[in-house]
Amino acid sequence: MPSTIGSDPSHAPDLDAGTAGAGGATHADVTAAHESASPASTFSAPPETLAEFFRSWLKQVRNGDIGVLPVVAGLVLLVVIFQSQDSVFLSAGNLTNLLTQGAVYMLLGMAEVFVLLLGEIDLSAGYVAGIGATVTLELATNPHNLPWWIACAAGLASSTAIGFVQGVLITRLGLPSFIVTLAGYLGFQGLLIDMINADAAANGGTISVTNSVINDFVNGNLGTVAGWAVMAAIVVAFGIFAIGRDRRRRASGLHAPPTSLTLLKLAVMAAAGVVVVLVCNTNRGVLTTVTLRGVPWVVLIVLGVLAAWTFLLGRTRFGRYVYAIGGNAEAARRAGVNLRRTRTTAFALSGFTSGIAGIIYASRLGSISTDIDSTLVLYAVAGAVIGGTSLFGGRGKMLHALLGGLVIAAIYNGLGLLGLSAATTFMVAALVLLVAVAVDAGARRGRVAR
Amino acid sequence: MTTTDANSGARPAPSDRAPGGDEPGARSGPAPRDGEPVLRLRSIGKSFGSVRALSGIDLDIPAGKVTALVGDNGAGKSTLIKAISGISPPDEGEMIWHGEPVHVRTPKDATALGIATVYQDLALCDNLDIVQNMYLGHEVTERRLLDESAMELGAKQALAELSVVTVRSIRQAVGSLSGGQRQAVAVAKAVMGHARLVILDEPTAALGVSQTAMVLGLIARLAERGVAVLVISHNLTDVFAVADYVAVLYLGRIAGSGPITAFDTHNTVELITTGRSSRFDPATAPDGIAVRDAAS
Repeated sequence: MPSTIGSDPSHAPDLDAGTAGAGGATHADVTAAHESASPASTFSAPPETLAEFFRSWLKQVRNGDIGVLPVVAGLVLLVVIFQSQDSVFLSAGNLTNLLTQGAVYMLLGMAEVFVLLLGEIDLSAGYVAGIGATVTLELATNPHNLPWWIACAAGLASSTAIGFVQGVLITRLGLPSFIVTLAGYLGFQGLLIDMINADAAANGGTISVTNSVINDFVNGNLGTVAGWAVMAAIVVAFGIFAIGRDRRRRASGLHAPPTSLTLLKLAVMAAAGVVVVLVCNTNRGVLTTVTLRGVPWVVLIVLGVLAAWTFLLGRTRFGRYVYAIGGNAEAARRAGVNLRRTRTTAFALSGFTSGIAGIIYASRLGSISTDIDSTLVLYAVAGAVIGGTSLFGGRGKMLHALLGGLVIAAIYNGLGLLGLSAATTFMVAALVLLVAVAVDAGARRGRVAR
Repeated sequence: MTTTDANSGARPAPSDRAPGGDEPGARSGPAPRDGEPVLRLRSIGKSFGSVRALSGIDLDIPAGKVTALVGDNGAGKSTLIKAISGISPPDEGEMIWHGEPVHVRTPKDATALGIATVYQDLALCDNLDIVQNMYLGHEVTERRLLDESAMELGAKQALAELSVVTVRSIRQAVGSLSGGQRQAVAVAKAVMGHARLVILDEPTAALGVSQTAMVLGLIARLAERGVAVLVISHNLTDVFAVADYVAVLYLGRIAGSGPITAFDTHNTVELITTGRSSRFDPATAPDGIAVRDAAS
């Protein structure tokens, strides 16, 4: 019985897999000659043209392979709602603000994706981020005043070490990650308070960002020309990569997605880049005397982390093993995968990414304090899940954390503009999370039942 | 107790092979001649506490033939394959691989020798596609990065060699495949490396009629390629359709073994259920090759 399901977009972790195409990468067909069966009757050709590809994609969507469709639809819906209520929402200033607001959720969400893919969870990420930021700020301010890169390296090293230790506890002692990281959530909150209170530079439980580079991570902007140049460079680099890959596949006799589809993806990517740069390059200064324009550095940092981790998950053995363990740990073990090492590495990488999120968080607020947002980590998990990453392991990508983080930021930002209380924000976020998980569950049922 | 060497007298000793000249894992190495035992078990025994799970197991598994291991629940079939595949090494006895005594202590040892096991639960990752599953644990890399093209071509070829039809795309998730297709992927994965002995644990359990026929065809083709196949099955119809040799386990012992021509449904059921059969005499049976009507 031939299956008509094409490759699931969430299992072909390509850099471009989030855009337009579910499973466009590879549609090779196995039609070995066999006496008793007639391949011709059961064999459907892989999509060769854009129209065919679109039809097969629609079929996949109907079969429950919805990919990032719901989160994109949800994002559009949120934008329409908020814009209709308050026209400030889509202003250049607010959109740029939204990007910087969302950066922390996106980065923490990416930290969560590593462990969610394994079927684990990390509840401590928010405070691990806090500790990474605290170490960085302590070293970068009085009395140490170390260069920003040493301070950041030390901060990231400490958050990575915490992730590693938690990973070791989980893999060596076989403790559930929920409990180990719940202990981390409590313990690192305490440690954070202790560290900040013990620091000489702290003032009323707050360490300020005095290093200008660290401050500029979020508050500094690329020049307007540089913004265009960087955007163009990213699109061109990606285009060369994608077209080269398709060409190599065709050269080895494998099916590649239609060239028109690759070009369409590039066009969508370029359009998104143009919009972001246009918006960010618009003067968003509140006072008429001050001009404020340019793409914030943090946008590049988030894109860089996204690209690096997507590459790691999609193109290396480690990434493959993370998916395999999340899908069927016993199968991975029998295939000779070192479960312990892979899991521990994933937790360490999760800690590392949390550290980046913490430094960005501090840069945005201009300080790190003893009362950092305790809901950060929950929003990070929620963001990854809203984006389409499964809590049960094996399904998801880094891109999901980015999209989900954007949704969380949009809810926060939009409801804030409308002047709604924190109480409403919590409840709306809860509702969105439930809807996202329900959509995923419904889609999965469709996938299983077919 | 009837402990019979499966092929005594019928099989040539492996002495004509240069010992050590056959490096396990080398695809280019000389394939053993059909019928020559790839693996010989001698007096294999295994106890769990005071429970004697296996005792005095003698069995030859010849290349290019399908050997069926049958027996009731608790007869020791699983214990025996776990012993061979290194999951739970035996307490006593000897394993002779291509004429050389070997010690298989871990699944890795077994894999290194060329013993591949396809478990009943298939050990596939539903979320990975066919290519990813087939290469799991031994991915092809180029400058430390996954070489997807090479793996896709290799998987395509491996599936084509096994004549697996009607898989629409080898980039579809294994979770979306039918039971027979999953079995085919698991078998292809097992033999893709350099397996000289493939152990299949209940390969047709939970499969429909046409799917069963497909898997039996697959087993026959494996043997045609010179691979020694050991099939554990409850289903006597399947055993008679595909096996060249049969070994019946009863309470941890070989109750009877020999060429398929020595067995019929009646004496096989007797051997399985009581451990003896007055109508079973492997010595008089011709050393025939099973007619593989299921193979087409």
